[in-house]
Amino acid sequence: MDLCYLTAYELHRLLVKREVSAEEICRAYLARIEAVEDRIKAFVTVTADLALEQARAVDRKIAAGEEVPPLAGIPVAIKDNICTRGVRTTCSSKILHNFVPPYDATAVQKLKAAGTVFLGKTNMDEFAMGSSTENSGFFPTANPWDLERVPGGSSGGSAAAVAAGEAAAALGSDTGGSIRQPAALCGVVGLKPTYGAVSRYGLVAFASSLDQIGPLTRDVRDAALMLNAICGHDPLDSTSVPYNHPDYTSFLVDDVRGLRIGVPREYMGEGIEPPVKEAIARAVELLSSLGAEVEETSLPHTRYALPTYYLIAPAEASSNLARYDGVRYGYRAEDARDVVDMFMKTRSRGFGPEVKRRIMLGTYALSAGYYDAYYLKALKVRTLIKQDFDRAFEKFDVLLAPTSPSPAFKRGEKVDDPLQMYMSDICTLAVNLAGVPGISVPAGFADGLPVGLQLIGRPFGEGMLLRVAYTFEQHTDYHRRRPPL
Amino acid sequence: MISIKEVEHVALLARLELSEEEKEMYARQLGAILEYAQMLNELDTADVPPTAHVLPLQNVWREKDEVGRQLEPEEVLANAPDREGQFFKVPRIV
Repeated sequence: MDLCYLTAYELHRLLVKREVSAEEICRAYLARIEAVEDRIKAFVTVTADLALEQARAVDRKIAAGEEVPPLAGIPVAIKDNICTRGVRTTCSSKILHNFVPPYDATAVQKLKAAGTVFLGKTNMDEFAMGSSTENSGFFPTANPWDLERVPGGSSGGSAAAVAAGEAAAALGSDTGGSIRQPAALCGVVGLKPTYGAVSRYGLVAFASSLDQIGPLTRDVRDAALMLNAICGHDPLDSTSVPYNHPDYTSFLVDDVRGLRIGVPREYMGEGIEPPVKEAIARAVELLSSLGAEVEETSLPHTRYALPTYYLIAPAEASSNLARYDGVRYGYRAEDARDVVDMFMKTRSRGFGPEVKRRIMLGTYALSAGYYDAYYLKALKVRTLIKQDFDRAFEKFDVLLAPTSPSPAFKRGEKVDDPLQMYMSDICTLAVNLAGVPGISVPAGFADGLPVGLQLIGRPFGEGMLLRVAYTFEQHTDYHRRRPPL
Repeated sequence: MISIKEVEHVALLARLELSEEEKEMYARQLGAILEYAQMLNELDTADVPPTAHVLPLQNVWREKDEVGRQLEPEEVLANAPDREGQFFKVPRIV
């Protein structure tokens, strides 16, 4: 039995039947990391001692006859922009290479309370800016399905770790697709919750009106379990919503009869590669055959999502990243004449090229004389994009689209052309602008590379998303395949 | 394309020091991205209100004003590149 490819709830079953201990599970994952990590490079930091300590604590509870929660003893990985008390949190940036947070993010605290075992912190595009994890300030991560290719991004380390059997589940963050797109490219499940469903306290801010923490998992049930564990109102995040979250596992029923599913034609047009379109068409056929009413629809402002996003997100980022100045934490340039010179040298050496590009872009869009033409204009178009979704959800329960316009691309293929790289997010950006939830599930393969199906729901409609995703999963086996490692 | 002078101005606002090559690269790349963003001008948004935030939440107040656990000064200062006593130390300001 290979523990590293079981789902969280399968591991849980073995644990409570005492067929395996949490420490054995933990050691199996640490051995797996040892075996494949030099090829995958999913982790910035591996926390073996902490993991073993947490695993033994779970074993003691089980030995004492205590009932343990469903994620107790489950080995998870945490994206390195989510603060972990006492464990280095770098955002894969040189400017935070030595930052050790004095507190836990709320999502981390909740996972600790749920008894999960922390294997380590995962690699990402620096400050979550990118779609390939090539923008990491440390090293790129490989796609487990083809080591020459990118795992997607920015949560590429989290997606690759789950796909490679280096973690049973992981946390990522999604500002414009950073959970869903790498999940699609690595053949795992990735869920971006509704804006405000999960506390952002302790998530290092990129674009505060768009950022959201969510899970990457082996299947849909695990995504529901992880969401159960991390969701909820948090007084420490005033944008977290006081909402009475249901038990998300209660939506895991194999039934889509009578559900209305809309397929926005703008997501199936130009720029979407043929094998992706074919996989989506097969998904539509399957869901129709299971009784869903699938119909073409339109989100007319879709083509404006990319320019809107690339004005709003950098504008927010330029403001959020002003705090990295070498004063209170992180890297500081030591050879400065005065304090302003220190700010300039620290930031210029500490940030990588994509982060600087976005700070420049955002500063420009917010600067005197350009604010109305760019930033304010983008906020207005954001309203139109959101209204598209509002209108669509008057008629449909769920929208269905590709997650990514193509399967995983080769490392180096798009790094020199930022616009080309930004295009990798065309299927996911609008969802963040509208604040609605989205999930990516494995929906096929193209030349051995995973293809993702994206389902988009109403605000706080995660239950409906999970139901459709679960039904799809029950009638396919793409999520069970393993990369040839 | 935006001018090198504009790039230098924005870099100063953002407290970034750029090399000559970087200035040229960003002038070119930011120009291309901003040109692409011109697409938004196809839309008449005169009567459209801006969305800064998708949530209907407004004026979120703290329910109770209570003293909670705060970080100890030592915890806060532990990451400081330089310090003196309970202060962050920086190079000369004036």
